[in-house]
Amino acid sequence: MNTDYIGKPTSRVDGPAKVTGTAKYAAEYNVPNMLYGYVVSSPIAKGKITKIDAAPVLALAGVQQVFSHENVPHFAIFDRSYQDEIAPGGSPFRPLYDAEIKFSLQPVALVVADTFELARYAASVLHIEYEEVAHETKLSQHIDDAYEPGKGKIGFQPPKSRGNFGKGWKEGVAHVEAQFSHHAQHHNPMENFATTVEWLGDKHLNIYDKTQGAFNSQLLVTKIFGLSKDRARVISKYTGGGFGSGLRPQYQLLLAVMASLELERSVRVSLTREQMFSFGHRPETLQHVALATAADGSLTGINHFAVAETSQFEDFTENVVGWSGMLYDCKNVALGYRLAKLDVYTPLDMRAPGAASGSIALEIAMDEMAYAAGLDPLEFRMRNYSDHDQAQDLPYSSKALRKCYHEGAAKFGWKQRTAAPGSMRDGNLLVGWGMGGGVWDATKLPASVRASLDADGHLTVSSGTNEIGTGTYTIMTQIAAESMGLPIEAVTFVLGDTELPESPLQGGSWTAASVGNSVVEACTKLGEALLKQTQKMDSPAFKGVKIDDVQFANGQMRLRSDSTQAMVLRDVVQASGEPRIEAENSTLLAKLAMLKPPKYSMHAHNAVFVEVKVDPDLMTVHVTRVVNAVAAGRILNPKTARSQVLGSVVWGLGMALMEESVMDHRFGRYMNHSLAEYHVPVNADIHAIDVVFVNEEDDKVNPLGIKGLGEVGMLGVAAAVANAIYHATGKRVRDMPITIDKLL
Amino acid sequence: MNSFTFTQAAAVDAAVREKASHEGAAYIGGGTNLVDLMKENVARPTHLIGLKKLGLDTIENTPDGGLRLGALATNADTAYHPEVISRYPLLNQAILAGASPQLRNMATDGGNLMQRTRCYYFYDLATPCNKREPGTGCSAIGGYNRVCGILGTSDSCIATHPSDMCVALAALDTTVRVSGPNGERTIKFEDFHRLPGDHPERDNTLEPGELITGLDLPAKGFAQHFSYLKLRDRTSYAFALVSVAAALELDGNTIKDARLALGGVAHKAWRDKAAEALLVGQPATADTFRRVAAKVLENAKGYGENTFKIELAKRAIVRALKQATEMKATVDTNAYFQPSAFNS
Repeated sequence: MNTDYIGKPTSRVDGPAKVTGTAKYAAEYNVPNMLYGYVVSSPIAKGKITKIDAAPVLALAGVQQVFSHENVPHFAIFDRSYQDEIAPGGSPFRPLYDAEIKFSLQPVALVVADTFELARYAASVLHIEYEEVAHETKLSQHIDDAYEPGKGKIGFQPPKSRGNFGKGWKEGVAHVEAQFSHHAQHHNPMENFATTVEWLGDKHLNIYDKTQGAFNSQLLVTKIFGLSKDRARVISKYTGGGFGSGLRPQYQLLLAVMASLELERSVRVSLTREQMFSFGHRPETLQHVALATAADGSLTGINHFAVAETSQFEDFTENVVGWSGMLYDCKNVALGYRLAKLDVYTPLDMRAPGAASGSIALEIAMDEMAYAAGLDPLEFRMRNYSDHDQAQDLPYSSKALRKCYHEGAAKFGWKQRTAAPGSMRDGNLLVGWGMGGGVWDATKLPASVRASLDADGHLTVSSGTNEIGTGTYTIMTQIAAESMGLPIEAVTFVLGDTELPESPLQGGSWTAASVGNSVVEACTKLGEALLKQTQKMDSPAFKGVKIDDVQFANGQMRLRSDSTQAMVLRDVVQASGEPRIEAENSTLLAKLAMLKPPKYSMHAHNAVFVEVKVDPDLMTVHVTRVVNAVAAGRILNPKTARSQVLGSVVWGLGMALMEESVMDHRFGRYMNHSLAEYHVPVNADIHAIDVVFVNEEDDKVNPLGIKGLGEVGMLGVAAAVANAIYHATGKRVRDMPITIDKLL
Repeated sequence: MNSFTFTQAAAVDAAVREKASHEGAAYIGGGTNLVDLMKENVARPTHLIGLKKLGLDTIENTPDGGLRLGALATNADTAYHPEVISRYPLLNQAILAGASPQLRNMATDGGNLMQRTRCYYFYDLATPCNKREPGTGCSAIGGYNRVCGILGTSDSCIATHPSDMCVALAALDTTVRVSGPNGERTIKFEDFHRLPGDHPERDNTLEPGELITGLDLPAKGFAQHFSYLKLRDRTSYAFALVSVAAALELDGNTIKDARLALGGVAHKAWRDKAAEALLVGQPATADTFRRVAAKVLENAKGYGENTFKIELAKRAIVRALKQATEMKATVDTNAYFQPSAFNS
């Protein structure tokens, strides 16, 4: 496709606003006469509140109210009122609802005062007494009472086994069986969760929320507080990192709205970094993988079983093991997935949810299997290449994973690898090369978009989606400019507001495909509306012309048959006598399509190659090179796409080497609740990262051929690091993160 | 954070008087640790005495051939001072191994000595901690103690002092100059920080109201053979799991004088003079270094999560002494990587 904008590296249209500080985040909307709420968090993991002595705090000049279960009205009674769009099955947590403590750092009170400083101080001296009961937070002690979740989160499919693993295991001549684990992780976006509620009078609220879905926040607020949608406008123009943490509305939203309604004032509530460890997280998993291969290196059996933590009150489910039935060709696959209830907050989707966890186990086991079968890890994967999705029994809409293997390996220089652990050196340092990869869903959801051309010829395209730093503003602007044949400067994309056309949550790697294709649809509708207007004008060349007969370029509508016959779009709007001509796409077909069984398996894939250098005495590890080859359909903007995959790789390195929310089980509390002690990679940890987008044309997945990039780049990275460390040292570590103590 | 008042002190004696006249007052230099502790509600001073107008921020040669670091000199200015770079490169390397450029630009040399432990339990008011609330117990013992000490610990506290700079200052035989209600005095660096014993709430031997005014480095800077080796969970902006300051004076391959101090392992920068004595007169070989490493760690005690530090410290000592001998010193073994090697 020869284009002006789609597929071209384009700098972020919101870049200047971000680097000059004019981009406003939820806690930066300073509305007049605002109060500040500060959350008090539970020091215990389980039990109940026996006493709250609010009087001394209320006596402080400037403290407006201390909210707790003792005085917050029960706005809603039923669980369904507390269930947001992606609430898992169960009974959602209700902040300040009753005296019961269900997890450490649970919000137990909200102190509202005239200043933030006063609210924070008052919260620190609020005396609360608790009655503690024994809590359970250790997953390894609850494997036996883990259960198969029935009703999980929307979209969750229990993993499907096929064939007969026992038979396949016996048929194999080489075998691998091992246990894998990783610990809980918290998203830790840079922007802390915050909500500013602007009280407009008569229960009309403007709600500035940190979220990945303004409509989801609105839905929950309207359900719980019984507000009509026009009274609860949610605005979220910028989100300082999401990674899944903003998929479910967090409790500061509900507390800020509650306080605003009760006090009839504008209120802001922002959480501390410590409190960012009080809600959803990537759940700890314990996994078991068994693989068997025949003499020719073909897999005869795959067995992948995982136990994951969830809360006592909701069944958080994710697809941990299902990918193991897809990525490689194998007749006999046994998959199992169970949950264990712990006294923690409900886990939450975190970048490549499930797949990041499951791919650690599968891709390390594949490396072990390659060694056991005497094959190069890349060759072993090629021999077990899946050309047909056996899990769904569907053909792939497209699958360029083979190209990922070839182009990634070539770029990395994989051929130079010698197989024996410890066989490669750089001076005194041990060199290790490892690989991995993965698969992620290419999803498209219904999304509404409005396209509006004004009399100055400026196009405004809007949809209530979110920008979480991925480049949504930019790629939608590119698509719209391309569709309407306008210079990119003549296009503005607007998002993050419930007054805009409704769009799904920003997550699951589906925004580019869902909103992007809808932008094209809306622009097509706009083109039709403009063409209709030309019929009222004195333009004989356009009389009776159909939309397929025209094209849009250089700010004009032209006849395809004779491009000299052109109407300037601005003139068409001006001739209408209206300030603008606008159109909105219809989501009807997209909604109907979701009801039909799919004809194709639609997925993005990647293959990642990693080099580590390990000091043989000190066992310090450095990831010196990474090549990540990604097949994700059409790449809309190679510049922002590359950034997204770079970030994914960094996430994978963090998961492999340092990221871990450390729980002290005696307190049932995460202890490293700061960015000084919750380690993510810093610049000095990151060296050469090459991103390769292999060509993958797909006219079946969706009209634009987009598969999404948010998750796929992270898959297999942690396993590839672990495999490289094995290759360097001969030490097989199956418990992430691989910190220095595990290698000594 | 509680409410507090603030005054900017104009002179040392005025600052000392002000401290004495306000119960709950605290001195504040760069504030890089104290303000954090106030936000976390761990420190609750009612009055802050600003020190930034005291001067005391110069770095000057002393008549005995040493170097005096003003207590208010920033960590960054100290690390990059030409006299420090040329005569005390060990100190330069230790400072640059710590924190981040932004923090080093704010943090003062005196404040570096006064920073408090980074033990998770000290920072979390929901858990008992003898250092924060004497008598409540030590949660790190039996808890998540990966970052905690293995040398000189007590049943009351296994916290470590987090500084990198102090490890070099200990190795270099620094003298701490202080002023207080009873005038001026000096404290040998090895006597400045305490071991926790039964009073982990006391980090150091300063008397009430005393203020650090300067740090005196003696003439001998070991600029020829030194190493600061820091091992940690990521390459920057992480506290040491184990760090080693090693400094040698060599005559051929024979060690004439030696200094060895460890960070990340104890309530203070851990200087082991007996181990240093074992080095003197010996050949600078791996055998010697291993013997000395074993000596330093002979009384080490692991607490589960941090037991690996014993072996790690031994290996780090051997490496640091080797680097000092061969003068291939780096801030961090991780620094071996040359990005240019991969720019194809």
